[in-house]
Amino acid sequence: MIKTKFKLVGTRPLRPDGVDKVTGRARFGADISAPGMLHALILRSPHAHARIKSIDTSRAEKLPGVKAVVTRDDFKLPEREDLVDICRNVMAREKALYDGHAVAAVAAVSKTVAREALKRIQVEYQVLPHVTDVDAAMKPRAPILHKGMRTIGAEPAAKKDSNVAQIHTFGHGDVVKGFAKADIIIERSFKTEATHQGYIEPHACLATYGADDRADLWCCTQGHYMVRNACAGLLGMEVSHLRVTASEIGGGFGGKTTVFIEPVALALSRKAGKPVKLVMSRDEVFRASGPTSSSSTDVKIGITKKGKITAAQAILRYQGGAFPGSPVQFGAMTGFAPYDLENVHTVGYDVVANRPKQAAYRAPGAPLAAFAIESVIDELAHKIGMDPLEFRLKNAAREGTKSSYGPTFGPIGLEATLKESKKHPHHLAPLGPNQGRGVACGFWFNFGGQTSVSLNIGEDGTVSVVEGNPDIGGSRASMCLMAAEELGVPYEKVRTVIADTASLGYNEVTDGSRVTFAVGMATIKAARQAIAIMCERAAKIWDIPAEAVVWEDGCAKPAGSNAGNFKPMTLAEIAGSAGSTGGPISGHSEATADGAGVSFATHMVDVEVDPDTGKVTVLRYTVFQDAGKAIHPAYVEGQFQGGAAQGVGWAINEEYIYGEDGRLQNPGFLDYRIPVASDLPMIDTVILEIPNPGHPYGVRGVGETSIVPPLAAIANAVSEAAGVRLTHLPMSPPRVLKAMMENGKGAA
Amino acid sequence: MRYEAPATAKAAAKLLLGAKGSAKILAGGTDLLVQLRSGMKPPGLVVDIKHIAAMSGIKKERGGFRIGAAVPSAVMGENKGLGKAWPGVVEATGLIGSTQIQGRATMAGNLCNASPAADSVPALAAAGAVARIAGPGKRRDIPAEKIATGPGKTSLKKGELVESIFLPKRPPRSGDAYLRFIPRTEMDIAAASAGVNLTLDRKGVCTAARVALGAVGPRVILSAKAAKALIGTRLEDSALEGFAAACSAAATPIDDKRGTKEFKTHVAGVLARRAAVIAYERAGGKP
Repeated sequence: MIKTKFKLVGTRPLRPDGVDKVTGRARFGADISAPGMLHALILRSPHAHARIKSIDTSRAEKLPGVKAVVTRDDFKLPEREDLVDICRNVMAREKALYDGHAVAAVAAVSKTVAREALKRIQVEYQVLPHVTDVDAAMKPRAPILHKGMRTIGAEPAAKKDSNVAQIHTFGHGDVVKGFAKADIIIERSFKTEATHQGYIEPHACLATYGADDRADLWCCTQGHYMVRNACAGLLGMEVSHLRVTASEIGGGFGGKTTVFIEPVALALSRKAGKPVKLVMSRDEVFRASGPTSSSSTDVKIGITKKGKITAAQAILRYQGGAFPGSPVQFGAMTGFAPYDLENVHTVGYDVVANRPKQAAYRAPGAPLAAFAIESVIDELAHKIGMDPLEFRLKNAAREGTKSSYGPTFGPIGLEATLKESKKHPHHLAPLGPNQGRGVACGFWFNFGGQTSVSLNIGEDGTVSVVEGNPDIGGSRASMCLMAAEELGVPYEKVRTVIADTASLGYNEVTDGSRVTFAVGMATIKAARQAIAIMCERAAKIWDIPAEAVVWEDGCAKPAGSNAGNFKPMTLAEIAGSAGSTGGPISGHSEATADGAGVSFATHMVDVEVDPDTGKVTVLRYTVFQDAGKAIHPAYVEGQFQGGAAQGVGWAINEEYIYGEDGRLQNPGFLDYRIPVASDLPMIDTVILEIPNPGHPYGVRGVGETSIVPPLAAIANAVSEAAGVRLTHLPMSPPRVLKAMMENGKGAA
Repeated sequence: MRYEAPATAKAAAKLLLGAKGSAKILAGGTDLLVQLRSGMKPPGLVVDIKHIAAMSGIKKERGGFRIGAAVPSAVMGENKGLGKAWPGVVEATGLIGSTQIQGRATMAGNLCNASPAADSVPALAAAGAVARIAGPGKRRDIPAEKIATGPGKTSLKKGELVESIFLPKRPPRSGDAYLRFIPRTEMDIAAASAGVNLTLDRKGVCTAARVALGAVGPRVILSAKAAKALIGTRLEDSALEGFAAACSAAATPIDDKRGTKEFKTHVAGVLARRAAVIAYERAGGKP
């Protein structure tokens, strides 16, 4: 049964980490030091693709102050298949596969010495032809990154090496028949450039490897159990011999769901016998962490004159950097998810290219697909003179719809977001000259996963929730609210802490918008278990059966008059006497959380395009999204706004720019342009609550769906304002101006 | 790395001349410190000029303004007389970096950093600003646009430093303006820029003009042809069209991460046109 009446859930108390963060007391990845600590730096390949013929570190090792140097020789290729590419990415082996690929690392008494040591390492490269563009990488004569890589899922079976790692297909019905029934068909091709999550905090860690082969690692990550697992595997350690503590995190957005520098710091610490601190520069973050894919997509959609979709098809090609694993599969699954389709078919090509190995970026793969598909949807709606919202409502997925990726939807909120946006004042506001309005829908699966939570009742009646997921979007506040709601105590009486990997059972990474859902559910279950124990304790004191005690308003009470006439005992009273009634009181939940609820959103945006320069200004933005149940609405709004803000950057200016030499030309925030505050309007939000039956309060994840629609919504708005369809992201001023001039719309 | 903070320009020049290895001048440090932190080989000598009294103030001189080389942009922004006389120059300098950077960054530093995209330089060139050079010999004055000779390179000789920048007295009915194009609204670097300085007669006809383009060549481009397109006009639409075309024709940008050649060429004309209209209105011209 889903709880619907709340005392605390749905309120907006102060965030528990706020004071630490505004006073500077919060400790991020680079804020920790240790006695005798060494400073590490990484030598990186200046080439996009090169055979590493030899590495001579002897001159670096002789430099006074250098305590350890590591190269590929210090990392054994792991037996575990899931770690092989990670190992190759962490330290290049036979070949450097992208500009920035790590080749060696040094630990020294100071950064100055370490810097000098890097210069003394001699690497002999044989430069090879490279490819960075996704379409070029798929061409028959493209330089091959991995000898022996055959396309998985190719039909007939692949006989030649290829940069296409895998082909994924989804869909149902018969698109050929569907297109035959269509009155209007639009086919278009789209491209998007790679973007970076743009988190403010660079990767940073402090590794301390002891002589007893036990190690501690402090790092900035979205999942310290993942770090433990990967590092232990790469260093040949047992997981319990490595304790990982997660620092406060200055943004991740999916980019901190893997390891880059942590195994290197551990290897250096093991070799040097001293603590080693390793902090990436911004340049390194751009060149050698995990940005998202660039893509090339063809979309074809057919409709009847009345606006019913008869068939929908998309071919998506994502390059995911130097190793397989681009999120093209998710693009192919999500793109058509907002629609109730009889005939749908998507094909996704996972392509490797000479770029850094991609990492997750907020709803990985989905925004790129939505950009292409929602652009064609918009064009079709305009073509038959139908309001784009009405068009979407007519074709919207509902409860019972067989989704484009297979499962049948339960209760979902897409229709609610569309109806709400239709009647919102934003939809009715007039537009000025050179302005346009765009809308788009977006979908994300959301996730549950393995989760452990302990909830400890303190002897004075205060409560600590111990969880194992770094707080990346306000989860500590949400856990405090849910625990306080269950226990019937004030929010301020609960403190939530993030435990290290030795102090709590396994937890999956903070990803898939899973934490408020899965950790929240575990917190509720742990609280309910603690309540059951407290009821037992009261029963013991009253000498009545435990079943005769209920928990209400933070007190144990007799279930009714026939249970006895006892004065209710508060949580604090029960906690205070716990020593004599059976000992400390805690609740636990250890489970794999199933039942994550999908989330849909509709975004609406107004833009103005300067016809003389092609510059796009975002004037107004409104997000409509289903949250299932908003535990802390201010944080939910923050997630909605954050996704939209990142989408604005992605749509308008952010892009990885590679030169002819295959080197990244803009590894810094000056020329990799994320929006600054003055680039954004206040982003309005409308929270809809269509409860998820899989959660006790109806929670759905909200963190990722919000970045799915913006690329398309903004492209639709810019296309209207510019009078020409924009099909290549980002819609930077040179690109928009060129499109307008070619279309005869730009001012001469 | 040796650090010196001399009290006079003469002493600074002497230190620079006597430096054995490389020597750098530290004013606001908003370029130098960033370069050092991003791995630049540290210079053997750093000469801090912020303790030189003669270089730390804004003085009125012969109806114009002499701005010391160590004066931060924020101080220029707060000088009402200067802002009234040379709004384009003050606005251009005010665009350098962020509010925090403004408290340190100097116009002379912007000039001597010799970036083709420097914001203050086109405005200074359009204004006819004169840089005063201190050195081992006699002080000498040269036009501001002659300082930078290419990206990161200046015409200053060993032992020389810019002591001040002089903005001359303006004739009545004069106005200047500077505009840059950036893809964002703040915290960015010009993809193209334009400074326009003009003087009108009593009827609103342009009698004198100086036009400078930034970020569309290895150094600032002072275009006499573009200026000529304004002189004798009231900046009517047809005149402005010719002017924008002349500016685009004068631009010699390259394709790079900040935009295509075509884009920068076009936008240089757009910005110059818009800046000319602002300068015209500031000079008292009626659009």
